Amino acid sequence: MTALEARARRADRMRLLGQPVAVVLLVGGVLAWAFTRDLDSIERANINAAKLLRDTWDHLVLSVVVTALVLAVAVPVGVAVTRRWARWAAPVVLGIATVGQAAPAVGVLVLFFLWTEWEGLWAAALPIALYSLLPVLRNTVVGIQSVDPALVEAGRGIGMSGGAVLRRIELPLAVPLILAGLRTSLVLAVGTATLGAFVNGGGLGLLIDTGYKLNRPTVLVTGAVLAVGLALLVDWLGAVAERGLGPKGLR
Amino acid sequence: MEITLDHVTKHYPGQREAAVEDVSIVLPAGRITVFVGPSGCGKTTTMKMINRLIEPTSGTITVGGADVLSMDPDRLRRGIGYAIQQAGLFPHLTVAQNIGMVPGLLGWDRARTADRTAEMLDLVGLDAEFADRFPRQLSGGQQQRVGVARALAADPPVLLMDEPFGAVDPITRGNLQDELLNLQSELGKTIVFVTHDFDEAVKLGDRIAVLGPRSKVLQFDTPEAILANPADDTVAGFVGAGASLKQLTLLRVRDVEIDRTGVVTAGVDDPVPELRGKLAESRTKFALVLDRRNRPVRWVHVRDLNAATSLAGAGKPVGDSVSVQSTLQDALEAILTEGGNAAVTGPRGEYLGTIGLGTVTDAIAALREEHSDDHSDNHADNHSDNHSDNHADDRTGPRADSEGVTP
Repeated sequence: MTALEARARRADRMRLLGQPVAVVLLVGGVLAWAFTRDLDSIERANINAAKLLRDTWDHLVLSVVVTALVLAVAVPVGVAVTRRWARWAAPVVLGIATVGQAAPAVGVLVLFFLWTEWEGLWAAALPIALYSLLPVLRNTVVGIQSVDPALVEAGRGIGMSGGAVLRRIELPLAVPLILAGLRTSLVLAVGTATLGAFVNGGGLGLLIDTGYKLNRPTVLVTGAVLAVGLALLVDWLGAVAERGLGPKGLR
Repeated sequence: MEITLDHVTKHYPGQREAAVEDVSIVLPAGRITVFVGPSGCGKTTTMKMINRLIEPTSGTITVGGADVLSMDPDRLRRGIGYAIQQAGLFPHLTVAQNIGMVPGLLGWDRARTADRTAEMLDLVGLDAEFADRFPRQLSGGQQQRVGVARALAADPPVLLMDEPFGAVDPITRGNLQDELLNLQSELGKTIVFVTHDFDEAVKLGDRIAVLGPRSKVLQFDTPEAILANPADDTVAGFVGAGASLKQLTLLRVRDVEIDRTGVVTAGVDDPVPELRGKLAESRTKFALVLDRRNRPVRWVHVRDLNAATSLAGAGKPVGDSVSVQSTLQDALEAILTEGGNAAVTGPRGEYLGTIGLGTVTDAIAALREEHSDDHSDNHADNHSDNHSDNHADDRTGPRADSEGVTP
């Protein structure tokens, strides 16, 4: 058992080291390939340092905003529905989040646009946040519910208030699961952020869209590979955070 | 602090029968009271109502005269130590953080909490190096110690313990029980201890409340009284077989009269013919040989003397002896091992006398006699815990004759 565990841990470490290296090689390779090709004027307008940087930056901003929204909504709502007075709401809330994720991301985005007629960052961020809410929400609920009730009672029994038990016992013990959910949400968000281009939200989706519509595979591949690289990088950051932020006593 | 429960009832909505029905009991200050009863009898529920982890449906509960139902529950609980099965330590906090939790809640400053934490670790017999470990890195017994330390950290006058030693192996449990008794002799807390193990109750309790269904108090008395005279068949069933044997663990050799003259003794350097003369004179067949510091070393039969040149090698060595501190259970073991009489030694191992089977049976009979009229006063009786006067003078039980019984 321990040998197996050790092997799993070694594989984990290898991945933690290998993933960013793979990302750099992949992205670097594709960029080198794209920049050394004979580019026509449309391609040149898209494949240049300034444009790539701006689209990547927009994409990152969109992802960060989505993440912030997800955290700000999913964790408090997840905590709330585990409280005794709101336990009845848990299935309702989880149901809504499941519908949000089950609907096609493009559909959520377009419906939201038709309904609000907004454009830009928020028009993209809100529906994408709804779309990638579920993993964090569900893991928050499960994480808190899986805390041993004897520990909660022990906390109350020695005189901690309900809030203190939540803050010092339940949430810290749920952190590993919440972080795992966040990692999934983040990868989903970075992936779906490519659709932000349809509502004028910018991002790497622009390159993919342009490349596809104007039949410029180089542009399309560059945008797609950059998005993949970003998703892998974000996933890697999530893995690092899980190792660094989880409660020490449980490792 | 005295704890009183007055007509306390807990009725869960949607259930036909009450979980706890009309319990009235007064738990004496500074003593260990054990709630013992079968699983599901409501003993834990009864205990949890004292610190309001469970709110009673009706009735009043006071701790040290103050009505707990009129207090803020969190504040109340900070003043009552709480230790539970499997310790209930917070796995993401270090041992020191676990122990320092209640002092922290009470607003002690860091230095005072740290001092207290170190003191508590020492009190429960853990090295200071354990302070920065996590619960996962501790054995079950060590975790229980930390659990007790956490319960005691803010020096509460009252301690509630819910089967705290239920999940450890028997040897560790025995050690933890001994340590709790030592701690208690130092600290003198009012302890409510819940268990389903009657032997544990007998060992730890100053008082035992035997609880039946719906937490009905079947008998509330000292362990001696309950063992000697169970209130009814249910209690007798719970006390189980071997009540007399359990009673033997409550009595010590110093509490009974030992036989100081019945066995002939001789020094290891005494001449053989002299001992033969003594045996003939007392008309017994066995003698005990003592070494130069007066400690019993060998049993000698009169037959052995024929071939012996000195007493140092005659007969056979003493196999088992007891001290005045030993329980009568140990004494019985020694009597059975030695085959009739066991030598009793003093603090430095010196010979004081012998103890025989008759003495043991007499002590049990005397205990029965003493508690035979206890039944009417289950609640507020006041038996002395001291049994030094148990061995009534007029013994009537069968008495083993020292002559010819010894090996």
